[in-house]
Amino acid sequence: MQAALGNACMGEGDCPDVHFADTVKGSDWGCDQEVARLFAETAPIAVREMAHWGIPWNRVVPGTGTFYKGGKEYQKIEKKEKEGFITARDFGGTAKWRTCYTSDGTGHTLLFTMDNQVVKLGVKVHDRVEAVALIHDGQRCFGAVARCLKTGKLRVYLAKATLVATGGYGRLYRETTNAVICDGSGAILALKTGIVPVGNPEAVQFHPTGIVPTSILVTEGCRGDGGTLKDVDGKRFMDTYEPEKQELASRDVVSRWMTHHIREGKGVKSPYGDHLWLDIRHLGERHIKTKLREVDEICREFLGVDPVTQMIPVRPAQHYSMGGVRTNRDGAAYGLDGLFSAGEGACWDMHGLNRLGGNSLAETIVAGRIVGEKVADYLDGCEVTFKTELVRDFVRQEEEIISRLMAGKDGRENVYDVRNAMQDVMMDYVGIFRNATDLRHAVVQLQEIHERAKKVGLRSSSPGANPELALGMRIKGMVRLALCVAYAAEQRTESRGAHAREDYPERNDRDWLKRTLATWKEGDDLPTLNFEPNSQVWEIPPGQRGYGVSKIIPSEDPSVVGNGEASKAQEVPEVCKTPETPETN
Amino acid sequence: MESFDLEETEAMTLYIALNRLREEQDPSLQFDFMCRAGICGSCAMMINGRPDLACHTKTKNLPDEINLMPLPVFKLIGDLSVDSGTWFRAMNEKVQSWVHTDKPFDPNAEEEPMDNQLAEEIYELERCVECGCCVAACGKANMREDFMGAAAFNRIARFMMDPRDERTGTEYFEVVGNEEGIFGCLGLLGCEDVCPKEIPLQDQLGMLRRKMGWQSIRHLFSRLLPD
Repeated sequence: MQAALGNACMGEGDCPDVHFADTVKGSDWGCDQEVARLFAETAPIAVREMAHWGIPWNRVVPGTGTFYKGGKEYQKIEKKEKEGFITARDFGGTAKWRTCYTSDGTGHTLLFTMDNQVVKLGVKVHDRVEAVALIHDGQRCFGAVARCLKTGKLRVYLAKATLVATGGYGRLYRETTNAVICDGSGAILALKTGIVPVGNPEAVQFHPTGIVPTSILVTEGCRGDGGTLKDVDGKRFMDTYEPEKQELASRDVVSRWMTHHIREGKGVKSPYGDHLWLDIRHLGERHIKTKLREVDEICREFLGVDPVTQMIPVRPAQHYSMGGVRTNRDGAAYGLDGLFSAGEGACWDMHGLNRLGGNSLAETIVAGRIVGEKVADYLDGCEVTFKTELVRDFVRQEEEIISRLMAGKDGRENVYDVRNAMQDVMMDYVGIFRNATDLRHAVVQLQEIHERAKKVGLRSSSPGANPELALGMRIKGMVRLALCVAYAAEQRTESRGAHAREDYPERNDRDWLKRTLATWKEGDDLPTLNFEPNSQVWEIPPGQRGYGVSKIIPSEDPSVVGNGEASKAQEVPEVCKTPETPETN
Repeated sequence: MESFDLEETEAMTLYIALNRLREEQDPSLQFDFMCRAGICGSCAMMINGRPDLACHTKTKNLPDEINLMPLPVFKLIGDLSVDSGTWFRAMNEKVQSWVHTDKPFDPNAEEEPMDNQLAEEIYELERCVECGCCVAACGKANMREDFMGAAAFNRIARFMMDPRDERTGTEYFEVVGNEEGIFGCLGLLGCEDVCPKEIPLQDQLGMLRRKMGWQSIRHLFSRLLPD
C-alpha cells in the first residue's frame, strides 16, 4: 500500500506531492488530478489509521542493509531516529520507496484488520449473497435485488444509499491473476440500468509475472527486491529495453516488453504456451523465505518449483481493471441518485489508463475512508419513498430470467462454452498489444457470442445454490462488458498507459485527453460510448513519463497545458537513455 | 457419494480438476474457490480423509482414487461447500478479535513506533486464512459444538502479543479460560498437523495454557494476592 511517509532511507524526502506526481505520470495523464491529489494527501493518514487498528506493518530497522536493483547489490543505511516507524519497499514506477507492507501478505492483513473493525462495530455482513440487479426508477437507486448463494432464493435490499464495491473484471480474460469471483458484477449491474456508465472499460492492466500455468500472481516485490527477468537463453533483456528502470519500469512497460520479447522468439516453450523466467535465486534463501515467503510458497505449492534453486516460469496475465462504475470525486455514481461505488469496481478515477503497483490497496483503503464518509453525509437527513410496484417489477424480471434459464426457453447453449469463447477472444485480440484489425475481429466475435449468451439454457435442474445458474444469470452481462472493453479499445486511437495500440503508437493529448463512458441500451448489440474530459484540473500538465517509449501529440487546449511546460511533440529514442532526476522519475 | 473419472494432466491441482468436472460432467457441482492461490481459505475440504486446501493440492501427490468430502463441524451448503463464514464470524465475535484500545486515532500524529521483529512475529500469527482445517481436524470441536478451536486460540495469542491491545490477563481469561476455551483442549494437536499455512499452533496452545493456568490461580486467590 503506497503512502508517502518517507521513513525508509530510500523514501527520504517523500511527500504527497511526489506520490501525486508519480500517480499522475503512472496514469499517463489519464487520471482525474483532483482525485489523485485527494488520494495522495489522504494515504498517509489511512496507513496510520490501519496501524492504529492493528496492521503489523514492517518497521524501519536502523543500520546498514543491502538491496538489489537490476541484479546488482547496493547498500543503504537506515537512520536511528526512524527506528520502529513504518517502512516501505520499492515498487515499479515510483520516485521513492513508498510501498508499506507486511512481509508479503499486505492485502491479507488489511482485509482481516478491516474485518476486525466490522466485527467490533457490529456491522452485519450478509455472506454469500450476490446482487443481480439495482432497483431504480431512472432517477434514483432504491437498493438491489440479490440472490442468496446458500439457498438460491432471491431477496430484496431496500436502501437509501447503495454502494458497489465488487472489484474488477479480470475473469473476462482467460489468463488473469484475479480471484475467481472478479467477473465484473458491479460494472454489469451498472450496464444493466442502461443509465449508469462504466468509465474507461478499455483500461485493462496486465501484470508481468503471473506463474504458468495458473496465472497466480507473484508479487512485484520480487523485482523490487532485485529479481530479474530472463529469456530462453538465460539472458536478461529488460536492461536492454529500459536501461535506467530495467525490471522496475512500470508494469505496463515491463508486460509489453515481455510480450515483445516472446514474439521475437525468445520465450521458453511449454505445454501451456511460451513463457519467460523470473530469477530470484541470488536474493538468497533467508530473504526468499522471509520477505518473499508467499512467493516461495506459491512456487513450491502450485508449481513444484523451489525458487531458491530454480527459476520461476512467468508471463503477463490480466491483472487490474482501471475502468469501472463511473463516479464523481465523492464516489457518487453518474446517473442515479443514491448509488455509490468504490475500489477497483469503481472508476473514481485516480489511475487513468494505468495504475501503479501499491496504489490499488491504497485506493481501496483511502476510497473506503473518503467515500464512506460521503455516504454517511448523504444519508444525513435523506428520506426516500419506496414504491412497492417498482420493487415487484425488478424481482419479477429476475424470476423470469431464472425460469427461462432453467427451462431452456431461449435455447440450449452451454454457459461454460459461451464463457470460454469470450475469454479466448479477450485474451487473443484485446490483450496487451492492440490494433484495429484484432479489435474489429474481437467486436464481431463478441457480438456473435452475445447472441449465444442470450440462448443459454441450463443442463442442471437444481434451483438452489447452483453454480451453473449463477453463471447463467451473469453471462450476458459479462459478454456485454467484454464488448465495452473491446469496442472502447477500438475507438481509442492512441496509446496511453496500459492501452497500447500498435497502429497508433503515439499518446494523443490533442484528441484523447478524455475518458470513455460506456452505457448499454437494452436491445442493442453494442455499447453506447460517450466521452468526457478526464480532468478538470491540470496541476501537472501532460508531459513525458520518463519510462516506456512514447511519442506525444501535444494538447492545444490552454486550460490543459496552462502556463506550465506543455507536452512537446518530441520523439524519445527507442531506448530512453536520459538518467532521471529523483524529482521526476 | 458420486464418482467421476478424469484424465490427469501435467501440473493438475484439485482446483483444475474440480472445475473441469463442473464444466464437462456435472454443471451444478458445488465447491468453493475464490483466490485459488492459498490465501482466501475458501476451498478447504477433506481430501482422502485429511483436511486441506484444494487449490494447492497437486493430483500427482495423491493416489489414483481421490476421495473428496466436505469439512465436518461446519454447516453443509451442498456437495463440497460448507458455511465456514458464519462459524468464523461467531468466533471473531467471541474472542473480540480486534485491538482494544482507549486511545483515539489522531490523523495528524505520527504512528507509534514498533519493533520490526515484533511486527513480524504478529504477522506470523496473523497469517491465518480462516479456512477451518484446524477445526475440522480437532477431536474436541467434532464432539463439542461450542469448543472454540485452535483458530480462536491463535487469534487470542496474536492480540496478547500486540502492545496496541490494552486488554489485561483477566480480560483474556474471561474469554478463553474455560472448558469451551483453552482448558477444553485435549492436546491432540491435529490442528498443527493440518494447518495449510503452517502456523505454529502448538506453541500458541502451550503459551495460552500456561498463561491462563497462572491467571486461573490468580483468579482463585484474587482476594489474597496483591494485584
